Amino acid sequence: MTAPSLVAVVGNPNCGKSALFNALTGLRQKVANYPGATVERRSGALLGDSDIELIDLPGSYSLTPRSPDEAVTHDVLFGTYATERKPEAIVCVIDATNLSQQLRFAIELRALELPMVIALNMVDLAERERISIDAPRLSQMLGVPVIETVAVRKRGLSELKNEVTAALSGAVQPSKDYGDTIKDRQRAARKIAAEVTLSEGIGHKTTRTLDKILLHPVLGVLILATVLFTMFQAVFAWAEGPMDLIDGGIGVLQSFFTSTLGDGMFLSLLNDGILAGVGAVVVFLPQILMLFLFILMLESTGYMARAAFLMDRLMASAGLNGRAFIPLLSSFACAVPGIMAARSISNKKDRLTTILIAPLMTCSARLPVYTVIISAFIPNETVAGIFGLQGLVMFGLYLMGIASALVVAAVLKRTVAKGPSDTFMLELPKYQTPNLRFVAIGLYERARIFLKRAGTIILASTVILWMFGVWPGPPEGATEPPVIYSLIGIIGGWLEVIFAPIGFNWEISAALVPGMAAREVAIAALGTVYSLQGSEELIEAGLVATLNSLWSLPTALSFLMWYVFAPQCLSTIAVTKRETGGWKWPMFMLAYLFALAYLASFITFQTASAFLG
Amino acid sequence: MDGSQTTAPAHSALGTLSPGAGGTVTTFDGTQHSNAEDMVDRLREMGFAEGLLVEVLHHSPFGRDPIVVRTGGMTVALRRREANLVRVQLA
Repeated sequence: MTAPSLVAVVGNPNCGKSALFNALTGLRQKVANYPGATVERRSGALLGDSDIELIDLPGSYSLTPRSPDEAVTHDVLFGTYATERKPEAIVCVIDATNLSQQLRFAIELRALELPMVIALNMVDLAERERISIDAPRLSQMLGVPVIETVAVRKRGLSELKNEVTAALSGAVQPSKDYGDTIKDRQRAARKIAAEVTLSEGIGHKTTRTLDKILLHPVLGVLILATVLFTMFQAVFAWAEGPMDLIDGGIGVLQSFFTSTLGDGMFLSLLNDGILAGVGAVVVFLPQILMLFLFILMLESTGYMARAAFLMDRLMASAGLNGRAFIPLLSSFACAVPGIMAARSISNKKDRLTTILIAPLMTCSARLPVYTVIISAFIPNETVAGIFGLQGLVMFGLYLMGIASALVVAAVLKRTVAKGPSDTFMLELPKYQTPNLRFVAIGLYERARIFLKRAGTIILASTVILWMFGVWPGPPEGATEPPVIYSLIGIIGGWLEVIFAPIGFNWEISAALVPGMAAREVAIAALGTVYSLQGSEELIEAGLVATLNSLWSLPTALSFLMWYVFAPQCLSTIAVTKRETGGWKWPMFMLAYLFALAYLASFITFQTASAFLG
Repeated sequence: MDGSQTTAPAHSALGTLSPGAGGTVTTFDGTQHSNAEDMVDRLREMGFAEGLLVEVLHHSPFGRDPIVVRTGGMTVALRRREANLVRVQLA
C-alpha cells in the first residue's frame, strides 16, 4: 500500500481557507476569522478519496515567515519540516474579493515549481460586491487551473478535486519569471488582476458602515466594554437554568441510590465519590459553553481583530501589542488554545511574555471555583437596579486577572523578556454573519472535551481521592469523622501547616493536591471530602451550603484570590513546555504564579480577618 | 492636521494623516525607521504598493494611534510609526 499523495492547502489569512478545507475534507475544524487561527496540523482525505491527503497550512502573506505559524507553512512547502513530507501539489486559495493582493502570494508559490490548482474562493461574495473576474483568462495567464469555489455552499468542490487529481499525474507547467522581489511580484499581480477583472466592484459597504460604529472613538470603546461585560454576565446569569437542572438531576440520582442500595462502601463510592465529585464539575457545562459561544462568535464575525485594534494602546503600555489581545481573550475560555494562538506573534520575547501571562486570564475552569464560592458567600442582590452583585464580583475577579497580567507583562518585558517589542500590524477582515454550523460544531467539540475530561481524569481522581478518604479507617473509639484519620486527612494536615497563614483548612489543603490536574477538580475534591465527613443534611443541601456554614468569609476570599493566580492546571504547564521548548519557562511560570497566589491570599486573608474580626 | 488643507505638503507621510484623508502611494521612505527594509516588505505584504489609493479610516480612541487604513481591497490596522514609511500624494 502506498502513502497517499500529500496536497497542501495554502493561502492568505482570511481567504476562507479553513472553511474550504473543512468542506473538502469533511473534517471537523474550527473556523476563525483572525490571522493565526489555524495553528494545529489539520489533514483529511480529499472528498473521501483516501489516495489524496489534504493538509491545511497556516495562513501566510508570503513565503517569508514572520511568526512561528508562518514558519510552519514555509518549512512544509520547502520540504524542510521535520515531521512532514514535502507536498506533491498545492491548492492555493484566493479570496475573489481581494484578487490583486492575494495573487502576489500565488505568484510567489508558482516559483516553487509544484503542481498547483487555484481555488478562487468566495465568488458569491465577489458577485454581491459586483466584482467580476474572468477565471479562464486568469488560468491561461498563470498556466494553472483556476476553479471558482464557495466553501459554505460546497460549490466547485468536485471540479477542484478533478483538477487536483489531474495536476498530480500531469507535468508541472513551468512558471513565468515574475522577478525576485516582493515589489516585482506586486507589480505582476496587479497587472494580471487588472487584465482579468471585468468589473472592479463597490467594496464591502456593510464592513465600512459597521466599522464607523464599532471603531468609533467613543461608541467603539463602549461597545467593546459592553460586549465583554455582557459575556461575563451571561456566563453567570443565563446559564443558571440549565445548571439548576443538572444539579437537580444529580440530587435525584443520589437519593435514588440511597434508597435502593444498602448503606455501605459501594453507596459511598457512588454518592460521595463519583456523583459528588464528577457532578460538582459537570454542573458547569452550561457556563463553559456560554463562554465559548461568545468567543466563537467574536472570532467568526471578524470582530476579534477590531478588538485587537482597540486594545493595542493598552497592550503597548504593558510592552505588548494589540495582536497579543487575541490569544489572551481566547485564554478566557482556556489557556491551552490561548498559548497555542500566541504562535501568530512574530516577536519571540512578545510571544514568551504572552504565554507567561496567559494563565492569568480567567479561564473557564475557574468558573466552577468562583461560582461555588460566590454563590456561598456573596448575597444574590441587585446593585443599581440592573447589575447582580454576584456578577459584579465575578467581573471584578476577571478584571483582577487582567490587571495583574498587564503588570506582570510590564515587569517581564523589563526583566526576563527584555528586548524591543514588535509593532502592531493586522488585517481587519470583512465582517461576516457567523456560520452557525461552525459555531455549533465548535461548541459540540468543547462539550465533548469537557465531558470526556469529567469522565476520565476527574472521575479517576475523585475515585482515588475517595479511596484515600476512606482508608485507613478510623481507630477504635474515634470521635471525629472517619475522613480525618484517612490518608487525605493526614496529607491535608501536613499541608495545612503551609496554608494556615492564608486561611486554608485541611480540607482545602487536601483538595489542592488533586486540584493540580485541573482547576475545577478542586471543587470536585472538596465535594468528595465534605461529602465523606458531612452529615446527611449537609450532603443534601449541596456543596454551596456546606461551604457557607463551614468556611469563614476571610477564608472564602483568600480562596478566590488563590485561584486568580495559582497555576493549578497540568495541561497549561504541558503546553507551555511544548511551546517554549523546554522546562525552563513552565517552571518559571509555576514559581511566579504560586508566589503571587500565596502573597495575594496572605494579604487578603490577613486584611479580611483584621477587619471582620 | 486636516489632510485636505491646501497648505499641506504634496507628499505626506501616511502616519500624519487624520481619518478621512488619503491619496495615492508614491514611495516608501525608510530614513526615519530603524528597521525599514523589513518593515517595507511587511507593508507590501499587507497590500501597500506604489500607485495604490489609500485612505485613513479610523484612529484609536486612545492616543489616536494605531490607525486603520484602507489600501486597495484590504483594511489594515497599523501604528503611525510604520504608516509614516508610506508616502502619499494627497487626493
